[in-house]
Amino acid sequence: MKKKTNLRYIISLIVVLSLIWIGNSGFFNGLLLSLGAVSVAFVVFMAFRLNILDEESQPLQVSRRIIVYWLWLLKALVESNLSVIKRIWKGPKSLDPVVARLPMSQETDMGKTIYANSITLTPGTTTLDIEGDTMIVYALSYDAIEYLQGGDMDRRVKRLEE
Amino acid sequence: MSFFIDGLSWALLIIGGFICFSGAIGIHRFPEFFSRMHAASVTDTLGSGLILIGLMLQTGGEVIVLVKLILILLFILITSPTASHALAKAALHGGLRPMQGSHKNDKEDVLNKFGRQNTSDDEQ
Repeated sequence: MKKKTNLRYIISLIVVLSLIWIGNSGFFNGLLLSLGAVSVAFVVFMAFRLNILDEESQPLQVSRRIIVYWLWLLKALVESNLSVIKRIWKGPKSLDPVVARLPMSQETDMGKTIYANSITLTPGTTTLDIEGDTMIVYALSYDAIEYLQGGDMDRRVKRLEE
Repeated sequence: MSFFIDGLSWALLIIGGFICFSGAIGIHRFPEFFSRMHAASVTDTLGSGLILIGLMLQTGGEVIVLVKLILILLFILITSPTASHALAKAALHGGLRPMQGSHKNDKEDVLNKFGRQNTSDDEQ
């Protein structure tokens, strides 16, 4: 089954790969630049043959608000790190692990992936599984589950989908 | 100015090192697999992040080194949740169940579709 490949995914892959090559080599002589061009062309050709040039590998449709979301996630990341570090030094008695099923309001696969990955990235909570529009989360303490039930992160990811 | 940047960089490196150390302590102190995984993710996210930012301040205008450090940070932040999720799911399929505290949901076993049953912590 061959689906039609959109030209903008090819262009975006070429741009990303070229930037990675230049960023890592730092040389601008003819030999290394032409080697880079050959490598980029080969990778794009392989990706085209494998039929993976789509919105899943190149999420161009995610809105610009992702930058704001990252900054907010960074703050959440630092807070949850501090709480886990506190628990580490207090010892295992401070743990109260819990597994809970939580609803998620995202509709696209992209939104669900961002939400689940954000939860796993923050220490103290891990997404174990996604079933339809609910997910199963393991947390080190019940207040982390309560925080997620409050739905702040859920709403912020939902806004990225628009 | 360079003194200030140097000091900031050293502060970040030392705090990052302390956080990585805390993560290692946590891996030994926490009781079972799932909680240990969280201790490891402390090292992954904030620990390595602070160390890499500290190193970025040490590059002194070498753009190539800076770009490489940023790429390392991005790859760590993208791959570490994927690896944690794969680990947790593999453990569930292998029949390991997380130890649960006072808020355990007794009405519904949300993990019933994974792996072998009733083998949770028998070996310990």
